Amino acid sequence: MISDNAKKQIDSWIEKYPEGKQSSAVMEALKIIQKENNNQLTHDSIQAVADYLDMPGIAAAEVATFYENYNHQPVGKHIIRFCHNISCMLNGADDLISHLETKLGVKTGEVTDDGLISVKKVECLGACVGAPMFQIGDQYYENLTIDKIDKIVDGLK
Amino acid sequence: MNEVCFKNIDKDQCWSLTTYEASGGYSVWRKILKGEYTPEQIINELKTSGLRGRGGAGFPTGLKWSFMPRNAEGQKYIVCNSDEGEPGTCKDRDILRFNPHAVIEGMAIGSFVMDATVGYNYIRGEFIEPFDRFEGALKEAYETGLLGKNINGSEVSFDLYAHLGAGAYICGEETALLESIEGKKGQPRFKPPFPANVGLFGKPTTINNTESFASVPDIMAHGGQWFADLGVENSGGTKLFSVSGHVANPANFEVSMGMPFKDLLELAGGMRHGAKLKAVIPGGSSTPVLTAEVAMNMTMDYDGIDKAGSMLGAGSVIVMDDSTCMVEALTRLAHFYYDESCGQCTPCREGTGWLYRVLKRIMDGKGKAEDIDLLMGVQEKIMGNTICALGDAAAMPVESFLRNFRDEFEYYIEHGKSMVKG
Repeated sequence: MISDNAKKQIDSWIEKYPEGKQSSAVMEALKIIQKENNNQLTHDSIQAVADYLDMPGIAAAEVATFYENYNHQPVGKHIIRFCHNISCMLNGADDLISHLETKLGVKTGEVTDDGLISVKKVECLGACVGAPMFQIGDQYYENLTIDKIDKIVDGLK
Repeated sequence: MNEVCFKNIDKDQCWSLTTYEASGGYSVWRKILKGEYTPEQIINELKTSGLRGRGGAGFPTGLKWSFMPRNAEGQKYIVCNSDEGEPGTCKDRDILRFNPHAVIEGMAIGSFVMDATVGYNYIRGEFIEPFDRFEGALKEAYETGLLGKNINGSEVSFDLYAHLGAGAYICGEETALLESIEGKKGQPRFKPPFPANVGLFGKPTTINNTESFASVPDIMAHGGQWFADLGVENSGGTKLFSVSGHVANPANFEVSMGMPFKDLLELAGGMRHGAKLKAVIPGGSSTPVLTAEVAMNMTMDYDGIDKAGSMLGAGSVIVMDDSTCMVEALTRLAHFYYDESCGQCTPCREGTGWLYRVLKRIMDGKGKAEDIDLLMGVQEKIMGNTICALGDAAAMPVESFLRNFRDEFEYYIEHGKSMVKG
């Protein structure tokens, strides 16, 4: 269930915490597993993480459902996480989100038919002076305009 | 401008160890390793500096450090709160990206003062670029022999790690943050006991904000008085202000405490397209909103903003021009707190949902005349009745928006549409 590569990554996180406190690595472990499984967590993968970290399954499930960065439904290969909080709103985020929805033919929370992209409205991502902005993968894209969005989205493979 | 955390920001590779050391970086830490400082000296210098917690609460840093039982047996921890997520706030991201070594040195100095040989920097999960920068800086610091066990043959040991969040505003609350490092849901703990006595893994722990830590090396290098003199009475030093919204050049500005708001607005290029200023949230989404008139007469320091009727918070200045519908703005903020409530305390869990749903009803044109009283009643019942400050943070905008812009809410309820946008 957990690949050797994932185990190696999880182990490097476990090393940061005191002996016996390996469950501190659960947040990263869940992210690592999620990344290896189409950006999605399942009951079984959460249990596998819990077993690996020697913690109760329910404790890992609590973490997996409390934090926003875990997905429990199918998502696209790329998730566009669009900030719609106040600074982005003041800078026209709502219109840009509508543009993106029309362009992709999906509503926020949905996945494109080819499974490539899903769009999600998220709360403040902490880049307010670069508003409007969104995140794809590890990358922030700031000072967005319709042209900029088109270019970024058209480049997603 | 740019005298402390941002002093190297215009330099090439400003985040590198070379740049940091060229401007005097790690000189204080190296002196500590040679035994040239006592913890008491450092605490006194910090008290003189007037440095107050830059995460929002404004608690004096020197005093906080003096609370740690440094001579207690066993492990103690030092933790940096880089879980930046309050709408309008984006300064710690830039400190981590552009001056990560100042955070490391600040934490190292704190670790010595409090005899905390292990530290964690809790960085919000989305901040991958800042995390990578911080990790890069950590690697440089270890390779140069600035961190580790018995550093340079001294008695001093300090191991520092970065921990990543996974998307929860509440983890910026210090005890929720500790729960999160322990691999649990980020739900705040009852206080007391305070973290200085029972913190991370049950051990004495001190938690400070990124900007607070990053200010410490220069305070020690130049003296507490130097820092205090950069600011004004009761608000020592410089402060990073994230100026966002309807300004021509939104950015982070490190300026002296006490700067008039109108000068800060000018630094940000003034109002975009010459529009008219309508309202300002001076310290992040949870601090009370101010009218243009009040804001234009305010100075940017703890007392100045307090006198204007709001709070300095994290220095997150959200500027709104006269095209802004205040009903819409408040609805967006209410949604945020509804989304981010951890669900532990009933007044917050239920109250934030009520606030959002009533505001949404008004936005949908289905508002009722009694909704304004209802909103006021709900926010009053949240205020002060929860374990942590998230409840208060949700309540304060509601009260201040309704007090300052009541006519817009009344208009929306009566006409089913925005007074501003039609």
